Amino acid sequence: MAIYARRRLINALVMVLALAATGFGLLWLVLVLWTLLWNGIAAITPALFSQMTPPPGSAGGLLNAIFGSVVMTLIATLLGTPTGILAGTFLAEYSRGSRFGEVVRFINDILLSAPSIIVGLFVYELMVLRMGHFSAWAGAVALAIIVVPVVVRTTEDMLNLVPNALREAASALGSPKWKVIVLVSYRAAIQGMVTGVMLAVARIAGETAPLLFTALNNQFWSTDLNAPMANLPVVIFQFAMSPYADWQVLAWGGALLITITVLFLNIGARALASWGTFKQ
Amino acid sequence: MSPAAARQVTPFAPSDPPEMRSNPTLRQKVVIRDVDFFYGAFKALNGITLPLHDKRVTAFIGPSGCGKSTLLRVLNRIYELYPGQRATGEVIVDGENILSPGVDLNLLRARIGMVFQKPTPFPMSIYDNIAFGIRLYERLQHHELDERVESALRRAALWDEVKDKLRQSGLGLSGGQQQRLCIARAVAVQPEILLLDEPASALDPISTQRIEELIAELKADYCIAIVTHNMQQAARSSDYTAFMYLGELIEFDETERIFTRPKQKHTEDYITGRFG
Repeated sequence: MAIYARRRLINALVMVLALAATGFGLLWLVLVLWTLLWNGIAAITPALFSQMTPPPGSAGGLLNAIFGSVVMTLIATLLGTPTGILAGTFLAEYSRGSRFGEVVRFINDILLSAPSIIVGLFVYELMVLRMGHFSAWAGAVALAIIVVPVVVRTTEDMLNLVPNALREAASALGSPKWKVIVLVSYRAAIQGMVTGVMLAVARIAGETAPLLFTALNNQFWSTDLNAPMANLPVVIFQFAMSPYADWQVLAWGGALLITITVLFLNIGARALASWGTFKQ
Repeated sequence: MSPAAARQVTPFAPSDPPEMRSNPTLRQKVVIRDVDFFYGAFKALNGITLPLHDKRVTAFIGPSGCGKSTLLRVLNRIYELYPGQRATGEVIVDGENILSPGVDLNLLRARIGMVFQKPTPFPMSIYDNIAFGIRLYERLQHHELDERVESALRRAALWDEVKDKLRQSGLGLSGGQQQRLCIARAVAVQPEILLLDEPASALDPISTQRIEELIAELKADYCIAIVTHNMQQAARSSDYTAFMYLGELIEFDETERIFTRPKQKHTEDYITGRFG
């Protein structure tokens, strides 16, 4: 019996350690969320969604920044998603086992973990310097570059999960390869692919560094994609660093807003993914 | 056993039953001649030669790894989905060598249906599962398509079970129903040849029986090749049987002869369960 007693002891010990580690990790997350909620909830007012970013000392909201973030995130998603899906499809369906595919996958992994400030600097060199001014276009392109590797990776992973038997079955009916991919592989993998896109959107919703060098900021309402455009992350950055109390409150509000959005995108993505597996 | 010895018992040998050569209704739909197959450097089939008769069922039996599924995968060139796999020799279907490079693989596969070991319903509705193959090569009016789907499901003895839920996902069916759905899907494109790769091995006895009844009915219109591990199934549902071992065709003959008076000791040992 001694051996069982020892095993039970070790089991209990490891269990306690694992629980402690989990608690330690969760503690900080809860603290961050709590602080955010505590400080930010006061700023969540109708004015936040209806007024422009104010000069110090006057009342205002974040409407122009919210609008800018939505527009640039949308454009980035529209640019990055098709590119990412096509490249992921290439990796999963066309380049299996090929040397070129290996190289592309490796480079994509590097891009996936590249610091976002590098992406910002790259687009600064590529677009801002040549155009001579900061612009929403540059911001959207920088965000799109962050979207692409995320979507490539999830698309490839999800297509790799589609059993080869399905591809064989479709091919055996005389289906050309592109129809096998579009009508069968995509349909089998769609939930995971959409989840990937949502996670990519969640990722860029809070990115600051790439926008700092590209879209910059704008104190006023602007819909001109060729001009600097306000956006939540940079406004938060600027307002939070300022000495003005009312700006700091707005920064808390913006931070809470982004966090809630990202949270819901993540929950939505997970719900979608699990709903898909449940259905099958 | 050497390849030469195996070839002695192929249908071109004088010892073959005379009806195979003289009976005009027993047309040789497919003639497999000297087929070798390679997975990379590994030779999985060695000089396979035999015919498949129209409107008859030919069963391929043999222990695991003997090459029977591989041979089936040569007949619609599905192996070409994977780089590194290749076949040499000739497979003549209605006078045309389908292994020659110029053959349109998609058109070929539309003529030669295949059902796999595990049911592979597509992640779409029951209706769309059947319509998928039809839509590939035909532009039909709505009601024509409906009729084709219904007749395919009827042929596969599945219509009564699914007629009220055609729009539901094919993934929601039971294993046996899914496999009949796959057979219906293969039949719906009106192929000339049906390749069945252990179609009942993942199914319970009742579903297996339904599949076998189905094979017996489909025989009237198709040339059918079936791979099976189940000796009784081969004996029950086939007209001809080919016994394969280690990539060689050991013996090919009418099923009745194979199971009652096999010429090769090896075949006899296998069907009596002494090895395999």
